Amino acid sequence: MSLGLYLLVGFIKSFIIINVYLVVFAYTVWAERKVLGHIQNRWGPTKVGPFGLLQPIADGVKLLFKEDMTPPFVYQPIFTIAPVLALVMSLMSVAVIPIAPALHLFGYDIPMQVTDINIGLLFILGVTSIGVYGIALAGWSSNSKYAMLGGLRASAQMISYEASLGLSLIGVLIMSGSFSLQEIVHQQEGFFWGFIPNWNIFRGQFFGFFLYIIAAYAETNRVPFDLPEAESELGGGYHTEYSSMKWSMFFMAEYHNMITVACLATLLFLGGWSGPVIGPPILHTLLPLAWFCLKVAFFLFIYIWVRGTMPRFRYDQLMAFGWKVLLPLAILNVVVTAFFVAWFS
Amino acid sequence: MELVLFWVFAAICIGGAINLLAQKHPINSALSLVVVMASLAVEYLLLGAEFVAAVQVIIYAGAIMVLFIFVIMLLNAGEEPHGGKTSLVAKLVGLPALGILAVMLVWALTAQAGGSVAVAGAEPGPPQVIARLLFNDFLLPFEVTSVLVLIAIMGAVVLAAPLQPHHAAKILAAQAGEGGQS
Repeated sequence: MSLGLYLLVGFIKSFIIINVYLVVFAYTVWAERKVLGHIQNRWGPTKVGPFGLLQPIADGVKLLFKEDMTPPFVYQPIFTIAPVLALVMSLMSVAVIPIAPALHLFGYDIPMQVTDINIGLLFILGVTSIGVYGIALAGWSSNSKYAMLGGLRASAQMISYEASLGLSLIGVLIMSGSFSLQEIVHQQEGFFWGFIPNWNIFRGQFFGFFLYIIAAYAETNRVPFDLPEAESELGGGYHTEYSSMKWSMFFMAEYHNMITVACLATLLFLGGWSGPVIGPPILHTLLPLAWFCLKVAFFLFIYIWVRGTMPRFRYDQLMAFGWKVLLPLAILNVVVTAFFVAWFS
Repeated sequence: MELVLFWVFAAICIGGAINLLAQKHPINSALSLVVVMASLAVEYLLLGAEFVAAVQVIIYAGAIMVLFIFVIMLLNAGEEPHGGKTSLVAKLVGLPALGILAVMLVWALTAQAGGSVAVAGAEPGPPQVIARLLFNDFLLPFEVTSVLVLIAIMGAVVLAAPLQPHHAAKILAAQAGEGGQS
């Protein structure tokens, strides 16, 4: 592939992926309001469009036209950079996520992801760890006590749970022996004992899966670990002083991170796009994509379900749980997995 | 292509390093250091060391610098005054050291001028190779380093831990005794 074609394909793929991501974000918010409404015995959005389906557009327009207030006491340059940083980092992580097997088009193999790098998983971890700056700096530069406390809580929480998050993935890495997400998914194709899918969650990473989910919920600041923005004690947390588009950038970053976590859980533990593929060739292309989307949607639903069901932790409970329970369990998972892999190989 | 990227990120790296020294606000300096770390990671990537690049971002830019920012946030450090009189030590030791460093740099660059310096895309450093090196050839140094880090952590905990009540009582008693004698 020549350089020009490479750039063109890369540009087209980035453009499509970013737009798809934004649409998925909008309808995750819609689904969240709808499901949460039904959990709480109300209807959720119903007025704008059928089933309130146009609600995200109305929300977007509202946020765009709101007055962009910048309080006089903030530290201006960092106050402006922080939401951009959070959003860009949350969008970048999607670049290495493969959503389907490579597509054969015009004699080329076009992988269904922006780029397939050897260190895909590490790339996502690195980008996520840079995303912490957005929240920490927002809290600091706002120069107000609620935002400051929210920012401090967020950065402490994210650093603490990042360790468990990384360790919970090592089990999968030991089993697959690769950082490339394509490679990890390919190893999960097929069945064992004839009917159980060859997914990592059924091949001994059952425990690791739940460790990952818990750590990821804390990492994305979602209920029950949403202490950085605990509204009953902190006002709005790190984004107290933000309004309009700058606020919605944090909002988008949070949901993009949720989607990335769901994609990663699908790829690492639930076999990515693998699933029954039948019928004419067109279905052979579309069905893997459908399986992938279905699994991601399932994870997003669990996110919303948990939010509708669980109360919030206390901050000291959160920290004690992260360091004294989750981290030792994650290390135990690594040791046991390594032992069994060494035993059977 | 790789050479262009190399020079661009080298410029960003040096610019960030100069900005780090020039900024008056500690948080700006810390963020400049993040820029330096990130552009160094890109340089590693261009050299084919993907794993080192990722680790550079995760550990240095992602974990260590976040802790720096954390401390700055907690201390609520303000702007540092610059200028004023330079200390005598800086003049007597710093300036000659700077001169020696500059001479060495120029000498190293001129000595290298004949051969090719840029090795972009030369040796790939896949994680497997690094893992084999770390856990076979250099297992002992690697483990010793981890013990060293553990000792450092325990030392920090001992120094930072609040005094136990009976220790505090002992120290207070000793002070009271000294006070009585004098």
